[in-house]
Amino acid sequence: MQLIHCPWCGPREEVEFHYGGQAEITYPERPAELSDQDWAEYVFYRDNPKGPFAERWSHSAGCRRWFNALRDTHTYRFLGTAKPGEPLPNTQRNTEVRV
Amino acid sequence: MNTATNPPGADLPEHPDFLWRNPEPRKNYDVVIVGGGGHGLATAHYLVKNHGITNVAVLEKGWLAGGNMARNTTLIRSNYLWDESAAIYEHSLKLWEGLEDDLGYPILFSQRGVLNLAHTEQDIRDSVRRVEANKLNGIDAEWLGPEEVKRICPIVNISADIRYPVQGATYQPRAGIAKHDYVAWGFARRVDEAGVDLIQDCEVTGFTVDGDRVTGVRTTRGDLGCGTVALCAAGHTSVLLDRLGVRTPLQSHPLQALVSELLEPVHPTIVMSNAVHVYVSQAHKGELVMGAGVDSYNGYGQRGAFHIIERQMAAAVELFPVFARAHLLRSWAGIVDVTPDASPIVGHTPYENVFVNAGWGTGGFKATPGIGWCYAHTIAHGEPHPYVKPFSLDRFTTGALVDEHGAAAVAH
Amino acid sequence: MSRVHGYGRIDRGRMLTFTFDGRTYTGHPGDTLASALLANGVHLVGSSVNLGRPHGISAAWTEDATALVQIEKPFPEPMLQATTVELVDGLVAHGVNGQGRLADTADPARYDRKHTHTDTLVIGAGPAGLLAALAAARAGEDVVLVDDRPVAGGSLTGTEVIDGRPALGFVADVVAELARLGVRHLQRTTAFGQYDDGFVLALERRTDHLGADAPAHRSRQRVHRIRALKVVVATGAQERPIVFEDNDRPGVMLASAARDYLHRYGVLAGREVVVFTSDDAAYAAALDLAGAGARVTVLDVRDTLPREWAARAAEAGVPVHPSTTVTGTEGEERVRAVLAHGVDGSVRLPADLLLVSGGWNPVVHLFSHVRGALAYDPELGSFRPSGSLPGVIVIGAANGTLDLAGVLREGGGPDAPEAGPEPARTPTKVVWRTDGDPGRQFVDIQRDATVADIGRAVGAGLRSVEHVKRYTTIGTAHDQGKTSGVLASGITAELLGARIEDLGTTTFRPPYTPVAFAALAGRARGSLFDPERTTPLHDWHVEAGAVFEDVGQWKRARYYPEPGEDMDAAVLRECAAARSGVGILDGSTLGKIDVQGPDAAVFLDRLYTNMMSTLKVGRVRYGVMCGNDGMVLDDGTVLRIDENRYLVTTTTGGAATVLDWMEEWLQTEWPELRVHLTSVTEQWSVFPVVGPRSRDVVGEVFPELDVSADAFPFMSWRDTTLDGVPVRVARISFSGELAYEVNVNSWYAPALWERLLAAGERYGITPYGTETMHVLRAEKGYPIIGQDTDGTVTPQDLGMSWAVSKKKEDFVGKRSFSRPENHNPLRKQFVSLLPIDGRTKLPEGSQIVELCENGSLPEPPVPMLGHVTSSYLSAELGRPFALALVKNGRARIGDLVHVPVNGALVQAQIGDTVLIDPEGARRDG
Repeated sequence: MQLIHCPWCGPREEVEFHYGGQAEITYPERPAELSDQDWAEYVFYRDNPKGPFAERWSHSAGCRRWFNALRDTHTYRFLGTAKPGEPLPNTQRNTEVRV
Repeated sequence: MNTATNPPGADLPEHPDFLWRNPEPRKNYDVVIVGGGGHGLATAHYLVKNHGITNVAVLEKGWLAGGNMARNTTLIRSNYLWDESAAIYEHSLKLWEGLEDDLGYPILFSQRGVLNLAHTEQDIRDSVRRVEANKLNGIDAEWLGPEEVKRICPIVNISADIRYPVQGATYQPRAGIAKHDYVAWGFARRVDEAGVDLIQDCEVTGFTVDGDRVTGVRTTRGDLGCGTVALCAAGHTSVLLDRLGVRTPLQSHPLQALVSELLEPVHPTIVMSNAVHVYVSQAHKGELVMGAGVDSYNGYGQRGAFHIIERQMAAAVELFPVFARAHLLRSWAGIVDVTPDASPIVGHTPYENVFVNAGWGTGGFKATPGIGWCYAHTIAHGEPHPYVKPFSLDRFTTGALVDEHGAAAVAH
Repeated sequence: MSRVHGYGRIDRGRMLTFTFDGRTYTGHPGDTLASALLANGVHLVGSSVNLGRPHGISAAWTEDATALVQIEKPFPEPMLQATTVELVDGLVAHGVNGQGRLADTADPARYDRKHTHTDTLVIGAGPAGLLAALAAARAGEDVVLVDDRPVAGGSLTGTEVIDGRPALGFVADVVAELARLGVRHLQRTTAFGQYDDGFVLALERRTDHLGADAPAHRSRQRVHRIRALKVVVATGAQERPIVFEDNDRPGVMLASAARDYLHRYGVLAGREVVVFTSDDAAYAAALDLAGAGARVTVLDVRDTLPREWAARAAEAGVPVHPSTTVTGTEGEERVRAVLAHGVDGSVRLPADLLLVSGGWNPVVHLFSHVRGALAYDPELGSFRPSGSLPGVIVIGAANGTLDLAGVLREGGGPDAPEAGPEPARTPTKVVWRTDGDPGRQFVDIQRDATVADIGRAVGAGLRSVEHVKRYTTIGTAHDQGKTSGVLASGITAELLGARIEDLGTTTFRPPYTPVAFAALAGRARGSLFDPERTTPLHDWHVEAGAVFEDVGQWKRARYYPEPGEDMDAAVLRECAAARSGVGILDGSTLGKIDVQGPDAAVFLDRLYTNMMSTLKVGRVRYGVMCGNDGMVLDDGTVLRIDENRYLVTTTTGGAATVLDWMEEWLQTEWPELRVHLTSVTEQWSVFPVVGPRSRDVVGEVFPELDVSADAFPFMSWRDTTLDGVPVRVARISFSGELAYEVNVNSWYAPALWERLLAAGERYGITPYGTETMHVLRAEKGYPIIGQDTDGTVTPQDLGMSWAVSKKKEDFVGKRSFSRPENHNPLRKQFVSLLPIDGRTKLPEGSQIVELCENGSLPEPPVPMLGHVTSSYLSAELGRPFALALVKNGRARIGDLVHVPVNGALVQAQIGDTVLIDPEGARRDG
């Protein structure tokens, strides 16, 4: 129920967004050359940290664009969002007071 | 029990005068179970009972059975689609049927049946498919038309004026509910009596590794030596495995549930609806207990977004108009660890003496005795029990998934 | 009657009649059910859940833990607090003994929700909240003020002095100024949950208090979803009782509550009053009640009495006993006497009301909901906010500030008005319980949970407050531990010899007070539960008597029964028409995506298993899409509109998924591709005209279009116009018959549909629905993704290796095809299944098995070969047939298998999926 800062639209209601899991899982250059294990890691394996997590989100009920976010999976709070290809903002600056 | 003068809530059995010791951890254990939830406690129980292994510690970072065991909606059923799932959940259900005697604890297992509603033509196909598979697997299952649904649960709205009218349901009469705390405490008391150390406020902070063996477990209450390490940490499994450098395809999500106030009996069974996203039972004391789907994002916060609850309420009132003025009393969330195929991961890890049991998603509670049995076997023999063999980690590599996301898969 | 003159804000000029526990009473507008009961001398309200002990009224507002009632009229509602039910004429209620009762009919009331955005939200219109709202509004902020009581003023009783005036006059002035400043001020509105970023949910009760005068159109309750830059929590504090023997008896009440009953409702709750306190606040209650005519005795736990209060008491003739504790009560359905122990030993004091005050618990729920940290304050004997949260401010008693002057300062800042003089405070003595039989000392009165229960829990080995809560059920009742929570923590700590600050308290979770399911559901019922999508022809379908089915959110015409026809008869007729004459389908729900850009071809090549870049402009190709796991995701046709533009179609149910899927790849993986995607599902309506006479119909309607097989070959499309309206026609067939899919801007859909029907009339053109569409495609072995597949099926399993490019180096899902499991010889494959008896329509979903050598079904678990995915009666074949997924099915064509159906075993033969026109001779007519 938080406000999520869409890098294009600004802060919008959480319900407008779609979760896309871990960020920066790039499609392998030559899948045919990967072992079954490496391919399985690409398809199924994702990090699952408790704490800051670089994720992809899509503003699905708004501009329909994808972006990257750093979010704390413990507090759920967004520490920063950025357009694809742009660095996520300095997390220190955006870290809220943790209580 | 005297139900004539008092409402059912008056008759909940009392807990015993003694439950468990609060021992200081010892230096060495044959088996260290990480996670003092239902699975960890049940595993300890069957290690003792089936394999005579008693030099066991169950480590719990918070309070015993305070994670998903304390937060789930206590639904027990075995009407899963795939043979592999049906086998372990039916094994579990059979154990549930004898668990009260086994534990000598009133777990209040009430086999009131579960209806899985169908709302579309595809729901009907999926339902029939699952019922027919269940029957062939020796699991009680029936397909019911809307009128029969109404006969079993008169408060379900089967009229055509709802958005997705009820077209029928699958019914498993042997499904039921139990009192989760009673179950956990029943296991805990038994294993404590057998000498198993239940160690609370004891968070695992790391492992001592020697080659492909783990020789010690580091905790906030000191270091422990171990013969075998058995992970039973549900949503926190990834956090533990990260410390061993082991990757799994687990993702932890919040899953919310809620209760109403105590109400006179209105709801004799359990009703689940995938299309309308709600499931409801009425617990022993009279409260309506409900759950919905998992929240979309990864989260370890034991709370979820309220719009999910609102949607759940809409679904509940849509299907059960008489619920309109029942009140939401309390909502909460657990952390469920889910896998890409919505089936668990049980068995070996790259470390010879470390086993994993995780990824039960919304199915963890109902699997409690079944997985405890099979996991204990796996630990004792060093090889997966036949019922858990299909749930090895390497299925994601070979592609031999047990895809309960697929047709007829129902959550919870 | 306990009503006293000169007190209260009720409207004594009007009389209301109500019924409680079968007896009729009267009260006044402004009463709550509880105050009206007390005014009538009724203290017994219900009985406890486990022990059946009598319960009365223990407070005057939401902190009440005992006076639960069932409303019967105007409409049944379970488990409301008598202290919060506003009295209306004709109210019928009774006490509950633990369980409420739901109505057995649907609730006729409406519920809705409203979104509000504001600068500052103030929760609580007590002195702190009012001043905070005023300060913000005066500073030009947009302000919303919500408060759960019927009127503003919070805990002010009217005896206080603010700014040199009676407090209520001050409140009225502030309320008036807030109105002038445009503050949105909502009373009877309970903020019940706070979430991140200033999001607060509040429930407004809009009609119940109006009784029969409530306007019919007004929603009964409204959930306000308020998003504020700043949230000011000014929710006050609730008085904390002290636990003693038989403390659950009717007539035992919080001291502040008795004051409330006197000053708000003009009710003197007792004549022989004992006040048991460890805090100063109870003295005001004692003196006020004495002033209203009660005989009052104060028993103060503390050795040092508050000097000024004691002097006032002496002046009023109220005896005060220091160092004295209550050890029990006597009475049956109401307190008759209070047992106490003091410096002079034990005494028995006759009493009909025992007021208790053990200090105050700040209402920190809303702060705690958003993970605001709480810390135990030993002086307060309770938890209060520690640490801060961005955008959340806690002020007043909610922050642990108990003196009015301090409260006003926290609300109003430096310009705060002054409070009248208050006696200097003597510290509260934190006392959880007194001596006595722990088995009769109730901690959670609703749950009958006692100190002895906590003792047993601790003795059982439990160390965590969460365990103790579960063992004893303390805090799980209707009030969710509002009064019992801190007491339970304190007593547990005492019994464990631990510090309460180390034990903590159980977590506060929304909602603060119970909220009706229907209020949370709002208007999301029936057709508003989920959007209903309909095609432009929906009215025509309704008119034509179509039976509809839900496909995703769409309402689709399933079949059009003629008089006397059931579905089977109608579908046989519709199928026969399409195979022998001409049929027409409203296929407008088909998902359509316009793919444009210089890299459109490259893009589609990467997503489809087959090649789309080689498709020529003007041509159409069937395509399959897989997920990364190599399982079929969706299928459809792809039309190449020009070099840089394709029109992609998807299944009806898969349209949104496929568009999202494409966007995800495009934006996150291949942002370098110059492609744009647009959903055009609703812009284009589509009518397949199907059957041997379709050429005649289409040719007649579109004279400019050469519909001959040579000029307009299969799997191509042509643009034409009709009366100046652009129309696109495609030679696509989902039935195997000669067919033309007519696409038109949805605006013109009804008109074009009518033109096609008119032209087809002489050929007996027959509208058909989804069921016939399914039969026609199944006869040709075309799978429906999502029906014949379930997320575990590959293109190869479907027998569609022909649609999987061998030339492309890669496409999404390709790598997964070479995993070991994909080469398992026992993979299930798509085949047909013909029941040998020629009569039985195998139920869809049926499982397929092999019998033992002796012809019997094996014992469970019975190995299953696969299942029936589609099953129909075929007009063309004159028999039922099915499609199925069967292990190693293609190698087993010709084999006989069995299908359990209603306890019998039906024999069936495995066959190829294409059952009609395997040569494809019909598609060109």
